[in-house]
Amino acid sequence: MSSNDENDEVIKEFLIESYENLDRLDRDLIALEQNPSSAESIASIFRTIHTIKGTCGFLGYARLEGVAHAAESLLSRLRDEELALNAEITTALLTTVDVIRGMLSSIEATKQDGDADHSELVALLLRLQTGGSATAPVAEPPPPAPAPVVAPPAPAKEPVKKAAKVPAKPKSEAPAPAASVAPPAPVEVAAPAPIPHPVSPPVHHDRAAEPAGDTKAAPTVTDGYVRVDVGVLDKLMNLVGELVLARNQILQFVPGVDDANFTATTQRLNLITTELQSGVMKTRMQPIGNVWEKLPRVVRDLSLALGKRIRVEMEGRETELDKTIIEAIKDPLTHLVRNCVDHGLEREADRLAAGKDAEGRLTLRAFHEGGQVNIEISDDGAGLNLERIRAKAVERGLLSADQAARLGDREVCELIFLPGFSTAEKVSNVSGRGVGMDVVKTNVERIGGVVDLTSRPGLGTTFRIKIPLTLAIIPALIVSSGQDRYAIPQISLLELVRLTGAQVRTALDSIHGAPVCRLRGSLLPLVDLRGALGLEGAASAAELASAETVSIVVLQADNQRFGLIVDRINDSEEIVVKPLGKHLKGIPAFAGATIMGDGRVALILDVLGLAQAAHVVGSQERSKARRSQGTEAEAPQRRKQSLLLFSLADGRPIAVPLSMVSRLEIFDARTVEPLADYRVVQYRGEVMPLLDVDTLMGTGGGNWQSEGPLHVVVHGYGKRYVGLVVKRIVDVVEEHLELKKPAQGRTASGVLGCAVIQKRVTELLDLDVMLRTEAGRFLLPSDDGAAGMEQ
Amino acid sequence: MDTIQFATFTVDGVLFGVEVGGVQEVLRYQEMTRVPLAPSIVSGLINLRGQIVTALDLRLRLGLRPRPPGALPMNVILRGDDGAVSLLVDDIGDVLTVSPELAEPLPETLQHLGRELIKGVFKLNGRLLLILDASSAINFQTGRRLTSDEARRAAAPPASNLQ
Repeated sequence: MSSNDENDEVIKEFLIESYENLDRLDRDLIALEQNPSSAESIASIFRTIHTIKGTCGFLGYARLEGVAHAAESLLSRLRDEELALNAEITTALLTTVDVIRGMLSSIEATKQDGDADHSELVALLLRLQTGGSATAPVAEPPPPAPAPVVAPPAPAKEPVKKAAKVPAKPKSEAPAPAASVAPPAPVEVAAPAPIPHPVSPPVHHDRAAEPAGDTKAAPTVTDGYVRVDVGVLDKLMNLVGELVLARNQILQFVPGVDDANFTATTQRLNLITTELQSGVMKTRMQPIGNVWEKLPRVVRDLSLALGKRIRVEMEGRETELDKTIIEAIKDPLTHLVRNCVDHGLEREADRLAAGKDAEGRLTLRAFHEGGQVNIEISDDGAGLNLERIRAKAVERGLLSADQAARLGDREVCELIFLPGFSTAEKVSNVSGRGVGMDVVKTNVERIGGVVDLTSRPGLGTTFRIKIPLTLAIIPALIVSSGQDRYAIPQISLLELVRLTGAQVRTALDSIHGAPVCRLRGSLLPLVDLRGALGLEGAASAAELASAETVSIVVLQADNQRFGLIVDRINDSEEIVVKPLGKHLKGIPAFAGATIMGDGRVALILDVLGLAQAAHVVGSQERSKARRSQGTEAEAPQRRKQSLLLFSLADGRPIAVPLSMVSRLEIFDARTVEPLADYRVVQYRGEVMPLLDVDTLMGTGGGNWQSEGPLHVVVHGYGKRYVGLVVKRIVDVVEEHLELKKPAQGRTASGVLGCAVIQKRVTELLDLDVMLRTEAGRFLLPSDDGAAGMEQ
Repeated sequence: MDTIQFATFTVDGVLFGVEVGGVQEVLRYQEMTRVPLAPSIVSGLINLRGQIVTALDLRLRLGLRPRPPGALPMNVILRGDDGAVSLLVDDIGDVLTVSPELAEPLPETLQHLGRELIKGVFKLNGRLLLILDASSAINFQTGRRLTSDEARRAAAPPASNLQ
């Protein structure tokens, strides 16, 4: 987005906001006239005018600023009770409102605040301020007081605060049907409708005499939006959640019903539900700019207090996030910003001495990446003082001197997220109490996000927060333990392991009575779900070893992998996350609850909380320390790569990096449809082409069949997907890869090279090349030329 | 003369009432999902038309003996500050209208009941109606320690001290 566009965006927001504020002003002024002693009304009016003045000064609308300034001065005297409100003053203020409205429409039309002369009005406002009476020509009789339209101020404020902006299609008909759904939040109560003239006369009292049709001629920016009460959206979201559940339930019937009509209808229901879900989700999306708006002010106040000069820059303020997430990150963001201002950026003199600009820079950046939102807060300050952090950690008893010395720079940076850690020399008003960074981390992790930081000495520090787009509906795996079902968020899920018969004996073991599982050469600590939840019937290590089958869900919590033993692994489902009541909020093992297809409630497991309760992940300090002790031993294995192994028709193994795989799916062969030269399936509301790996690799084309399951490796390509049909998915492995050159002539068909994986020579698929040659024609028509040139 | 309406129910043979204004609805037995690790008073979670409601066992809350096995409790759904909460009771009674003047102090003999939850007593045709303080009944300390988050929050400096 160019800076010009950005400016336009700012102006547009300013206009929307100001129009709303002016509507409120009209109401407030009239309420004030009814009840002149209402300090609340005066304060509200004062704030509104003050906001307008501030913003237009910032945008460079001097004329508008002048008028607002004069009105503000008058209001401040009213507020301080140095002046009593009388009809004259009310009139003058209402006139000011009209004039401002006129200038706003002029700004909307021409980006200029008009060239009308408002000096008379300004003079009048000044004269009234000094207690003088208005003798100037503007002092005409007050406008007809619109007595019956006095707005009760209380309900007028509520919807303004709570409503979210819902962009409607910019068609002129759109607002009408939408408005019928919305509660009538911003009702025009006060005075006749505003008439936005490009250039409005300085004073006009006969507003009622203006032809009403004028309003149509110059629609204001607010026309494209409908304000909707958040409660309505929440309800809608709940209903969609219910619909998703009902859809899931119906989908369970499909395999048992032999009726083409039913199947087709269900398919359609499925697609529509998905679309509706994403549509409703969109209405809850808000630009992150809404949270950021408050930050420049925070920075300004803080930097003044600290004697620093700081400029705030923002990139990607239009990046959208679910409302609940926006609310959840508000505090962590503010804290990080404060931290940067307080600790990160240096004082002016120090900066000059270091050869930097006197003015420090604080950059906020937000962007979408892989279904997540990234938020970066960076400063160009001094960076973290690693030595001081090390010293502090030792002093606080978090680490021994020896451990501290062995920590890598990155791990030292992570130390600041420990509870009770603060390196500030003195406790300031701002930060340095040692409560903060760990709270930031906990709060971000609570909404399924991660926070980390990078710091370069002398160049600055960057905090990076990654959070999911939405929390309302998440994919989850449903597991059973006895009669109880639990949902595990897919995001913490690594893989599923099922041991049967002899495998149980060979793979399971115990160390000091704690069960572990040997999984591809490494030991995986095991936790029995029943045990972790304090339920009866938890199996001991010995009982486990004699079990017929053992189902293990491999999970990741705080960089530690562990296996959760469950009775049964059911399906994975999209679940609607609902909060737990206050009686249950203190239980760390649960993240919420959801309603299953059969209407019963299932608890959602909080993987980190569960791991902590089961002591797989100790308290943060311990695990950090343990990890750092193990650093050197683990170092050589670090560059391991996760690979998905599957077999070709001729039985040979082949691998793709797991990072290239979005999902593994099984499609019913009957749902495959021909489209041009391709075979496609409907997937997540898109048409996904299917490619047969064996056809591409020249090892036969035997994976197509007219019915039965098709194993498909789904690869995300931008916003689109392509599916690779494979004969059999073998395993997911972590290997330290030593890639050898591929056999001659194999590069063209998409082989990156070969390596020894699980004692077999395995070819590594180069999905990029493969997709450019084959699916490229389908997926990226515009890339054809480029792909051809590269061959 | 002002009168008050109470929704009544019985728990272990005792007639209780809560002011109707605080009652959202009354439901027969609902299937519950138990919550491991929860305080024992929490019997489980019920699905109230898509809303998840915590069910508290009023017998345990009042310190009465547990419900005999096999007896299915009814739900009195109360409006709490934090969404609806269900109180599990033995049986649902009528809505009774009484005048506040008839209220009597709690007899000293009622020692075994959770006295702090009883707001008053009405004598009705030889039967006692105990008025339950709904908000105290659903707000309780489980005796657990503060979670680390709560402790932190308690220790955190007020956020607005900069303005």
